[in-house]
Amino acid sequence: MNDILLPFTAAIVGGALRVGVPFLFVSLGECLTEKAGRINLGLEGVLVLSAMAAFGGSYLSGSPWIGVLVGSATGAALALLHGLLCSLPRVNDVATGIALMLLGTGLAFYLGKPLIQPQATQLPPLALGAWSDSPMLQAALQLNPLLPVGLLLAVLMYTGFARTRWGLLVRLAGDSASATKALGYSVNGIRIAATAAGGAIAGLGGASLTLFYPGSWNEGISSGQGLIAVALVIFARWSPLRCVGAALLFGGAGAIGPALQSIGISAGYNLFAAVPYVLTLVILVISCRPGKVAEGSPGELSSAR
Amino acid sequence: MPTKNTVDALLPVGALIGALLLFGLFVWVGGVSPVETWVLLFKGAFGDWYSWQNTLTRAAPLMLTALCVALPARAGLVIIGGEGAVVLGGLAAAAVPYVMPLPGNVIGTVLVCIAGFALGALWIALAGALRQYRGVNETISSLLLAYTAIAIFKQLVEGPMRDPATLNKPSTRTLEEAIRIGGIAGSDVHWGFIVGVVACLALGLWLALTARGFSVRVVGGNPRTAQLVGLPASALILLACALGGGCAGLAGAIEVAAVHTNANASLIAGYGYAGILVSFIARHNPIAVIPVAILFGGFGAAGSLLQRRLGLPDASVQVLQGIAFVLILASEALRGVDWKAAGERFRRSMMPREVPLNSTVKPT
Repeated sequence: MNDILLPFTAAIVGGALRVGVPFLFVSLGECLTEKAGRINLGLEGVLVLSAMAAFGGSYLSGSPWIGVLVGSATGAALALLHGLLCSLPRVNDVATGIALMLLGTGLAFYLGKPLIQPQATQLPPLALGAWSDSPMLQAALQLNPLLPVGLLLAVLMYTGFARTRWGLLVRLAGDSASATKALGYSVNGIRIAATAAGGAIAGLGGASLTLFYPGSWNEGISSGQGLIAVALVIFARWSPLRCVGAALLFGGAGAIGPALQSIGISAGYNLFAAVPYVLTLVILVISCRPGKVAEGSPGELSSAR
Repeated sequence: MPTKNTVDALLPVGALIGALLLFGLFVWVGGVSPVETWVLLFKGAFGDWYSWQNTLTRAAPLMLTALCVALPARAGLVIIGGEGAVVLGGLAAAAVPYVMPLPGNVIGTVLVCIAGFALGALWIALAGALRQYRGVNETISSLLLAYTAIAIFKQLVEGPMRDPATLNKPSTRTLEEAIRIGGIAGSDVHWGFIVGVVACLALGLWLALTARGFSVRVVGGNPRTAQLVGLPASALILLACALGGGCAGLAGAIEVAAVHTNANASLIAGYGYAGILVSFIARHNPIAVIPVAILFGGFGAAGSLLQRRLGLPDASVQVLQGIAFVLILASEALRGVDWKAAGERFRRSMMPREVPLNSTVKPT
């Protein structure tokens, strides 16, 4: 029994930790954006463009950490465009998100064409499995060095929202635009800043795609992680700490199919890939009531109304 | 002085011209002649009969998937999961011969299309029902349903419905020659194009002229008014979703019956997402969808020419579409602006201040 269970668990845990990291960053980025009252469906474009930029940065400079910075800055730039566009009167944030998804992925494929062949310097893994003599566990615990960054960010965002003036301002802009205005703050200014910062966080997710796992640049690099960030945030009920759990859960659910395959069961491979989506939908159906906003959602959010 | 309405009508055209200019600048930075790019874009899309055939073939599914956004939008819902209805529509079309023998004539084709329409309608109506009866946001749920649909599609095409003869590319059994949709009058443009045009016209007229269509617009325009006059909002919203989803499902069925001849992964080509773009540019007006879909079909058709002649990456068309979509959305901010008053303000701000220039104000 142990012969099957150990590889299976190792594959799931390893998969959750590997696949979950980009999920973690996009969900934290989306969480910050939505806390300020905007929805960014364009994170898919942000993710793909920053993945390309991070790979290019690492390839040209030879340092993966410069790549990470380039990826994050690119993500912030594209998200900034989203923030600015949505601040114009009568501009729909859902449609703008789709437009930026198209533009971001288009730009990434266009500019990243010469990067498909070469191999960029990768981020060095954190070997947490060194204590074990099982090669399977060692492989599963080769951690993404960005994972601790993401966990730290989640804690920082959690305390930031709860304790700091900035966090309060973001939540204020997300919950009541009129109260923000009454206190003399610019609603649009706060939202633009939060959207751009969210893009910078999501850019880290892009960097971890091309610089750690799967660790190469190609046009199929993202399997919709950016789009699904919106669902992840609902799943996490707009809490950065719960985003960690949600991201690992989504990563783990995505790893069920490959893990089953690794022990010789290949039936239902594709259906397991849909588990996170169905799960989110079921949770939405259970937790929503007509005419009531979802629990914990920012009051100004267009998708919550 | 142009009136407000003509300016508003010209906004999308202006945004498109702006997008073409920006795209020219973009390729110019990469060292490619923008003029040559524009000429090739036009030639590849509308230059000769061959290009036209390519353009119209690509426009056919775009018109139908745009309707999947436009109709729910008129009822007040933002549905972005048309891709799910497309793949399930294609799957349903390919599945019909598995469950029943089909007559090898046009009736078989119609049955295949009906199957696609029905499953697509059901899928998007589900998103509408979740919103009406459970309060689940339809934008998110339709997206989740689209991913679920793609998983179901892959599972069935690679599993129980797979034709064992397809080794490298898992596909369903190929539709019989007699059931497939052929070209119009010997051309490469298949009858799906006509179906798309007729669907756009019919649904446009339905919205504009019939009482039911008017009710849908009232529900979308002002839910409170709809409630006050006692319109059955839920039924109307479900109807709009089902019609839109049906069109997207039909697009999938037509792609299978006319282009791919069986259901395989090529069907997941992003037509559902491109339809969102087309519908927003057409301002969710089904009749305006026709020219917009033809234009974007044309951009798609020109892509391979740009790639062959100028060595531009195949994603260049996607960049152009992205720029166009962003500019057209941004141009919404200019809609309804009182240009006369704005011009007056501008003129006044340009005039010299009343303060004499040579007077120096001493700090007190």
